[in-house]
Amino acid sequence: MCPCESLIPLVDPRTDSTQSEEAQLGQVDASLRGPVLFFVAKALGWLVLGSLFALVAAIKLVNREFLAGHEFLTYGRVFAAAVDALIYGWGCQAAFAVALWLMARLCRVQVKHLGLLYVAGVFWNVGLLWGVAAIFLGDLTSVPLLELPGHVLPVLLASYVLIATWGVLCFRYRQTTPVYVSQWYLLAALFMFPWMLFTAMMGVFYAPGRGVVQSIVDAWYVGGMLWLFFVPVALAVIYYLLPKILGRPLFVYYLATVGFWTLLAFGGWTGTHFLVYGPIPVWMQAVGLVGNTVLIVPIIVAAFNHHVTAFGAAATVWQSPVLRFTMYSALALTFAGFMNLLTSTHAAALTISMTAFNVGTVLHLFYAVFSMAVFAALYYLLPRICGREWPSAILIKAHFWAAALGGGILVLALYYFGWRQGEQINNPEVDFLGIVKEGALNQTSVAALALLAIGHLVFLVNFFWLVASAAWDCAKSCLMSGLAMVKGGGR
Amino acid sequence: MKNLPLLYCGIIFMLVAPWCGLILASNVQLGGLEPGLSSADDTGGPLYPKPDGGLAGQGREVYTTLGCAECHTQQVRPASATLMLSQKVKLKDGEEMRDVILSPDIARLWGKRGTVPRDYIFQDRPLLGFVRNGPDLADVGSRPISAADSDWLYVHLYDAQAVRPGTVMPPFRYLFTVQKINGQPARDALKLPDSEPIRPPAGYEVVPTARAKALVAYLRSLKLDYELQEAKFAQ
Repeated sequence: MCPCESLIPLVDPRTDSTQSEEAQLGQVDASLRGPVLFFVAKALGWLVLGSLFALVAAIKLVNREFLAGHEFLTYGRVFAAAVDALIYGWGCQAAFAVALWLMARLCRVQVKHLGLLYVAGVFWNVGLLWGVAAIFLGDLTSVPLLELPGHVLPVLLASYVLIATWGVLCFRYRQTTPVYVSQWYLLAALFMFPWMLFTAMMGVFYAPGRGVVQSIVDAWYVGGMLWLFFVPVALAVIYYLLPKILGRPLFVYYLATVGFWTLLAFGGWTGTHFLVYGPIPVWMQAVGLVGNTVLIVPIIVAAFNHHVTAFGAAATVWQSPVLRFTMYSALALTFAGFMNLLTSTHAAALTISMTAFNVGTVLHLFYAVFSMAVFAALYYLLPRICGREWPSAILIKAHFWAAALGGGILVLALYYFGWRQGEQINNPEVDFLGIVKEGALNQTSVAALALLAIGHLVFLVNFFWLVASAAWDCAKSCLMSGLAMVKGGGR
Repeated sequence: MKNLPLLYCGIIFMLVAPWCGLILASNVQLGGLEPGLSSADDTGGPLYPKPDGGLAGQGREVYTTLGCAECHTQQVRPASATLMLSQKVKLKDGEEMRDVILSPDIARLWGKRGTVPRDYIFQDRPLLGFVRNGPDLADVGSRPISAADSDWLYVHLYDAQAVRPGTVMPPFRYLFTVQKINGQPARDALKLPDSEPIRPPAGYEVVPTARAKALVAYLRSLKLDYELQEAKFAQ
């Protein structure tokens, strides 16, 4: 017998297929309780921290003397720390938790050997904490989305490989056929992320390209992270939750294949649109704009599948907190696709280049699409993992409104004022100082970010309340059964 | 989807295609760029750009680690970056107002020409920037504010409000020290305008630290004062 074969039972995560579907799903949820709670707790911690950093950065643009006496709190560092805390602390870890749970559930398999997952999770968090601390202390690289010191990235990459392996193993040992659209998206995202991070790490830090080659690698990484990692995870969640909760089949499921392949085909070509009119070859700028334009194809497919499926069920969507978040994300994705299309023309690209509009584009996909979808998934999965309903419906509502309004206002403000900023920069008769000191964008950002920070704090409280209640239930039932045993023994 | 080998191969292909198309291609096209002549006829002339060095190199590190690139870009959009609407620009060499087609950046006098990949070949890490919360700095060293005998940049770093009222740029006072005046004021002591609210007490002066000097040296070194065959000054 091949020695490898003796290892197979160790990693084989299949559930007992003789059991009912409900029992299998119960097994899957139980096996994932620890790691999912671990990653979600860490992700929410980073989300709150990142929101606070972003809020401080925004306040500094309104009041330039705010915390101005401390070098470690200078705007550039706080902003960079906010971006990395949100992307790698919240975004990636929340994606890991949701992707592992969704993959395991769709494949009907359990996750085994959790020790390695925890080790990977601890390394990810320690690495990131080290990196963010280094940004504050002055080891900032000033490379968009890769502000962390170069030596932190291998730690993140190694941790990721350990984490993602379980997702891929789940898929390898799946007990279900055929493979559902959410599984395609998750599998693609799990493969794409390390490839992009490795390329960016090498191309910028360890084998840096000459001059602007690094900027091209970075732009490719930013576009790839948005369209090939965060958006696929969001789509996997929407495709899973929408038909499941509504109890309806997808409107045009057969077109989902087209949507999947076109997203993958075009998503990797979009990044260079951030460098339009920059010092890179013109053909690369054109590729970025074309990539952005043709992304409308997968967006339209997704829109048909999501909106038409949900059509006529507005009351159900409104009543279900999970569906509210899900539909917000689906609508935001459609909106993002059309914004992309409209801003890929020559005149629009010239107007928005190097303005707050670009920040709006990133935030739109990362927050309004990805984060809202992940919130939906967490509201759905955490009660199942913990075996208990959410303790407070009011806190869920408060979180929804804070996230929906805060995220929506922030993105729209960045679009509107970014556009105006671009128009004014492009008119040399307007004094530059007059453009940047215009306070409306900065004040709106502060209000929206404060709303977001409150919403995230509310979610964190509700989460810990849920976990504590579940732990208390568990302790109580253990105590009762213990007492019953003692009583039984006494008789 | 039932054809799983197609799924696996497809995902890998979708990964490799943009990687080859953008990453590999940019390395092939730009990875071997060397300094160039200003003009094809000028065969014996100097090669541009020149590498950073000395104090400016250290200043670049200060610029990077303070996160200046979060607000300032270093890329001038070329003449093609225009809606082809002529823009009235007061030309430097005269008072005459002329209608010329310029990119907005060139019209704002942020540079006499657009930047091209060759301009960045000696930069260990190009700091192109993402958003313009502040003006572009690719050619800041050519502006009068950067003149060697002016302490405008120092005062601007100490408190930008003192020279640009209304600006959102934060003060970087930690790049300066306040010291007691011993006899004569130090040669590099800042001449703060009367409007500056945060002043040293009587008998004290504000002097730049080594990091401030390096940062200013770096800013002064940022110049697009040379032409390349692929990037000529706008007319």
